[in-house]
Amino acid sequence: MPTYQNIFTRVQMRGPIHTVPLPRGYSGRIGKGGFSHLLGRVGDAQIGPIYLGATGLASLICGFIAIEIIGLNMLASVGWSPIQFIRQLPWLALEPPRPEYGLHIPPLAQGGWWLMAGFFLTTAILLWWVRVYRRARALGLGTHTAWAFAAAIWLYLVLGLIRPVLMGSFAEAVPFGIFPHLDWTAAFSLRYGNLFYNPFHMLSIVFLYGSAVLFAMHGATVLATSRFGAEREVEQILDRGTAFERGALLWRWCMGFNATAESIHRWAWWFAVLCPLCGGIGILLTGTVVDNWYLWGVKHGFAPSYPAVLPHVTDPALNTGGMP
Amino acid sequence: MKFGLRIGAAFAALASVGIAATFTRPPVISIQRGYRGLGEEVNYRPAAVATSRALNAVPAPEPKQDPAGQPAAKAYQNVKVLGAVDANEFLRVMAAVTDWVAPAQGCTYCHNTENLAYDTNYTKIVARRMLQMVQHINKDWSSHVGAVGVTCYTCHRGMPVPANIWFNVPAPAPAQVGGMAEANQGKNLVSKVAGYSALPYDPLTHFLEETNEIRVVPHQALAGSSNVSIKQTEWTYALMLHFANSLGVNCTYCHNSRALWDWNQSAPQKATAWYGIRMVRDLNNNFLDPLGKVFPPARLGPLGDSPKVSCATCHQGVYKPLYGASMVADYPELGANGQVDITANIGSVDDFKPAK
Repeated sequence: MPTYQNIFTRVQMRGPIHTVPLPRGYSGRIGKGGFSHLLGRVGDAQIGPIYLGATGLASLICGFIAIEIIGLNMLASVGWSPIQFIRQLPWLALEPPRPEYGLHIPPLAQGGWWLMAGFFLTTAILLWWVRVYRRARALGLGTHTAWAFAAAIWLYLVLGLIRPVLMGSFAEAVPFGIFPHLDWTAAFSLRYGNLFYNPFHMLSIVFLYGSAVLFAMHGATVLATSRFGAEREVEQILDRGTAFERGALLWRWCMGFNATAESIHRWAWWFAVLCPLCGGIGILLTGTVVDNWYLWGVKHGFAPSYPAVLPHVTDPALNTGGMP
Repeated sequence: MKFGLRIGAAFAALASVGIAATFTRPPVISIQRGYRGLGEEVNYRPAAVATSRALNAVPAPEPKQDPAGQPAAKAYQNVKVLGAVDANEFLRVMAAVTDWVAPAQGCTYCHNTENLAYDTNYTKIVARRMLQMVQHINKDWSSHVGAVGVTCYTCHRGMPVPANIWFNVPAPAPAQVGGMAEANQGKNLVSKVAGYSALPYDPLTHFLEETNEIRVVPHQALAGSSNVSIKQTEWTYALMLHFANSLGVNCTYCHNSRALWDWNQSAPQKATAWYGIRMVRDLNNNFLDPLGKVFPPARLGPLGDSPKVSCATCHQGVYKPLYGASMVADYPELGANGQVDITANIGSVDDFKPAK
């Protein structure tokens, strides 16, 4: 009897390649499938065959075009130097057009490439969503994965398309770059008077950290009870065995309450989905409805005021007759 | 088990190297300045402060001289800006300036040995203007420098060219690429001045030479009062990082991070910095840029502009230059009520030279 009391998977299934016949009208699968010991340490050892299909293929092509546009412009920004490209890669970016272009299509060199890369990247992502949805349906599954993915796409679209359109300027969107998109995030919060006072940002953080906590609690519980068969958790939704009962007891003893083998997965799904969903609403309201979140917090009475400890300081720009 | 141990050991080794190479070694001392819970604190490392203290030690003042009883202009030829200073005190200042600016090169860094009065070196012309600048700062910018004031040493620190000068930054590589490729956006390259971020790489020209709006945050809760873009905010952010790095402080030295824009919740240092920005703009436009005509090409930047000052030029990583030590007290002729003739014509090279 193998045990599961390890952070790595101890059991690797080896047998004939597992695959199912495809109905008529489906394109073929790529590859014959094989096994990898190393992958088997962290997941299933079987790799492939892969079903790509029309949407998968189109998505990959669009994604490739987007990455090419971004990458080649980054390379151009360091004078086509491959060495500088590698050294400075985290700093490089494809920048959205300047505010004066508004929602008009700018010249290629002034943000046109950004618009084009955004179009192809968005198309690639949407096509991949269709693929996830259709693969789930083809296997007779629910479409939970596709809708969770859609929540992430919502945040992406708010940041890069919906909010910029509402603001009337593509300049509001995020650059394609590693550090530049982080700098953008910081500047976004600075410009709008501190995003931490945005209630939807607060909710988004709750669900982000909550997801991590739930994931850790659930993963730990299942691993800890797997010696009693808890990895068969789906069966235990209806037929609670000793593994489930022990896990439930642990949580009831610790915090007086426990999830069920079914509900824990709904919690996890909702926490994960609500993170980008709330975040997207928060971003959408920023600049379109609220200009200064801190002052909005003061207006609605949840931003506290603190006693002044430091000497009072007035804005020198208001001092008439002072130095320039 | 063996495999797991090996992987674990590899991760542990990698993590230790990462920690040793990037983490600040303890102890770090944190001093609360504002109300509790607001993060208004200053952090420093005693070891780093000791090193910095040594680097910012103030040189001993030149010994006091009995007055000669006549001004330098009477005793010497061609004294343009320090003519009103007593002749003996004038020599004392000259000795101090040599010590502060060109200790290795000595008097000849500026002067012609044949006759010290000759104006054959550009450095002498520049030095006159710099003396006027020091006087101007101490007299007209007490809003920033207070009674502490500045001397040549505040920036020069024993070097003819101060360590932290800056030039206009030329557009990098993309200018050569041209064509359809993305044009230079002024950012998205390594920005040393903005703390190695990808923010705009030349905020100094934009804000400390040119006069552009720094404030970006609207003062009302609901939208409709401001169309400041996030891009513009990134320029301000880059400038603020320059401040923090130049002074060796974090944002909360001046700001309250919950409302960075709000003067009512800020530290008094924010007002000092406000005057500092205006002072540096004044110095760059009225003292340093015009010297572009005097400097030889080797002293100019890649775009042919004069060397300029920023916060770092004086502060050099310290919240108050030289930890607030006042050197000007020992040289009152350079101070707020000094005797430097600010309006004097500084002349030009070869105005006064040996007869052929």
